[in-house]
Amino acid sequence: MKVTIDGIAVEVPDGTSILNAARIIGGDIVPPAMCYYSKLAGSGGKCRTCLVKVSKGSEKDPRPMPKLVASCRTNVMDGMEVQNITSPEVIEARKGVVEMLLINHPLDCPICDQAGECQLQDLGFEHGAVKTRYEFDRRTFNRIDIGDKIQLHMTRCILCYRCVYVADQITDHRIHGILNRGDHSEISTYIQAAVDNDFSGNVIDVCPVGALTDRTFRFKNRVWFTKPVEAHRDCDHEKCNGKVTLWYKGEDVLRVTARKDVYGEVEDFICNTCRFDKKKTADWVIEGPRKVSHHSVISSNHYDFVPLPVVKTNPVLKEANKEQFERETRL
Amino acid sequence: MGRKLLLEHINVPGINTFDVYRSKGGYASVEKALKTMSSDDVVEEVKKSGLRGRGGAGFPTGMKWSFLAKPEGVARYLVCNADESEPGTFKDRYLMTYIPHLLIEGMIVGSYALGAKTSFIYVRGEMMPQIRILEKAIAEAKAAGFLGKNILGSGYDLELYVQPGGGAYICGEETALLESLEGKRGNPRIKPPFPAIAGLYGCPTVVNNVESIAAVVPIINEGGEEYAKLGIGRSTGTKLISAGGNVAKPGVYEIDLGLPVEEFLYSDEYCGGIANGKRLKAVVAGGSSVPILPANLFMKTINGEPRLMSYESLSDGGFVSGSMMGSGGFIAFDEDQCIVRNTWNFARFYHHESCGQCSPCREGTGWMEKVLHRLENGHGSMSDMDLLVDVSKKIEGNTICPLGDAAAWPVASAIRHFRDEFEWHVTHSSEATSRNYGIAHYADPLPKPEPAA
Repeated sequence: MKVTIDGIAVEVPDGTSILNAARIIGGDIVPPAMCYYSKLAGSGGKCRTCLVKVSKGSEKDPRPMPKLVASCRTNVMDGMEVQNITSPEVIEARKGVVEMLLINHPLDCPICDQAGECQLQDLGFEHGAVKTRYEFDRRTFNRIDIGDKIQLHMTRCILCYRCVYVADQITDHRIHGILNRGDHSEISTYIQAAVDNDFSGNVIDVCPVGALTDRTFRFKNRVWFTKPVEAHRDCDHEKCNGKVTLWYKGEDVLRVTARKDVYGEVEDFICNTCRFDKKKTADWVIEGPRKVSHHSVISSNHYDFVPLPVVKTNPVLKEANKEQFERETRL
Repeated sequence: MGRKLLLEHINVPGINTFDVYRSKGGYASVEKALKTMSSDDVVEEVKKSGLRGRGGAGFPTGMKWSFLAKPEGVARYLVCNADESEPGTFKDRYLMTYIPHLLIEGMIVGSYALGAKTSFIYVRGEMMPQIRILEKAIAEAKAAGFLGKNILGSGYDLELYVQPGGGAYICGEETALLESLEGKRGNPRIKPPFPAIAGLYGCPTVVNNVESIAAVVPIINEGGEEYAKLGIGRSTGTKLISAGGNVAKPGVYEIDLGLPVEEFLYSDEYCGGIANGKRLKAVVAGGSSVPILPANLFMKTINGEPRLMSYESLSDGGFVSGSMMGSGGFIAFDEDQCIVRNTWNFARFYHHESCGQCSPCREGTGWMEKVLHRLENGHGSMSDMDLLVDVSKKIEGNTICPLGDAAAWPVASAIRHFRDEFEWHVTHSSEATSRNYGIAHYADPLPKPEPAA
């Protein structure tokens, strides 16, 4: 299957979604995704940030698709041509979606544990407007403790349903879902039944915002003051391979999470024992510091790195990045 | 006086019972279909009739049926969408209350055509009396041998079930309906796959409106070509219109498609004009989801042609100066009605009924509702109109299901056509709470269109 995204062609196997095809290409043409999670079947299609324009359906049927489509849930066809950042329509729609996602979000980043590794923060920074046009009260909820390890702060939730899919697919029995409808719908465990399960902690990792946080880490530190280190241990849980990221502050392990890739998705889900109960260096075999993107606030002050080359003044790089420059001027 | 196909015997006493219905020629189409026609013949006949879905979108029913996947060894289902909850529409409830056997007859023929052995009627939860009526009618039909095993000795088996819904507007969307029917939360599914490939329990499924299924009965009785002679152009047959609002005689009327709107609105046979001798200000032609039109644009298209009650004529002019047939929920507004208040009322409905799955609709409907509420109560500002249009544009087309479009269209069209009234609500905010804007120029004759250069 050959698909062209923003003028860049790529060969992908049958059944690949447009989003995953774009991730194979990589770079700035990858649509942002707030609800899609490649490790959770059925996720995606809800947040609408990954909307793209299909300007040519396929080689057989070259008609464009009438509406923008959710790239995470639309599979590629042979000869499909997709416009993401080259389409002003897509940019406009995405701006609208980001605005919608933020109107009921408290924007309490200064006191939110997720700040610094929050996908909504990144999305708002990259695609949002500086000011909001929303002049009404925002939706608020009381904080709820889901068991003794996880806290749910619904006010921050963007209803991506990822944690619901985790409850469905990763944990053994589901006592976690959505109540109510529309903008008053909420994630709930129904009368606060504690989520007590070996894998329940993964809802924290999949949450793109600060709605589900680790109670053993809450208000302990800002993530950019901690230092991510890759480590593993021989976990005796059959479904857990014990590969994690430890977040150090000085000598102390403040937090344990699964290893997240560049799209904020975990590589492997980890069990609650690894996540919550093993917080000594002696429990782990250290592999080395985790590489974090230079763009992330987490990497600030930690490692020496070569400053980004000044692309715009370097003739060699300018030639190499010609295509990207052209795209930017077109916008 | 048009011919009545669906409501021909509606005034016969006891037509809701099996015996009276049968004595008036009921269940003849079942006999005809099962004894003399193959299932493909039935589909072909419906295709020939040109019947278009009566639930709102107007997709040809015969085409929909022929798209149904037919893999070996997998069950197929016919589901009747009786989750009628569009504000302004009450035709399906009327049909189910007074002549339930017509629907059941249509379900048997439809199920036979699609090869479904089990069929469902998904009824909105609030319609408890209708659910009881349908249950009783099914029991009567079963006792008479029209349902169950080996119907009329043809070897065809069919079980028909009534499923009450939870009373959610979103469950009228076909994939949300299927989710709800499966016992899950009624969230629309992401398409593709379409229900014709993977619907109820992952099996190929056809979902049809009550009226579409009922219309199959006269099509089989009289033949598709005969049915197609009624109506105009691609809008064939008859349509039930639920006339409401400020008309003199509200109610459900069966019209031949292609009837001039003027005749429908003012003749004594139908609506009988505007109540209390007032003047018409605006019309919502097909249920709350379709664009609202001022009286002058509704009676005549932008090119000065009189408008007809048909799918094509009502949508003449597209979104700029047209509306849609929708589900046939005809709401007339007289000169004393406030369009801002009405728009807010519709927005409030969509805010309440949004399922909350995808973000533009979940957040946008609430936002529009709040802005409109502020406008209606005299706290708006001039920039609110542009804001509303912009928000509605951000919702429209960017959602999983058509509810987002349905929420955006009434707001966008009201501002397009009634901007003066919205602005008056801002400039005369204290007056707006005590008095209405009135009819203004909304019924004035349209200016002659510029001749095309």
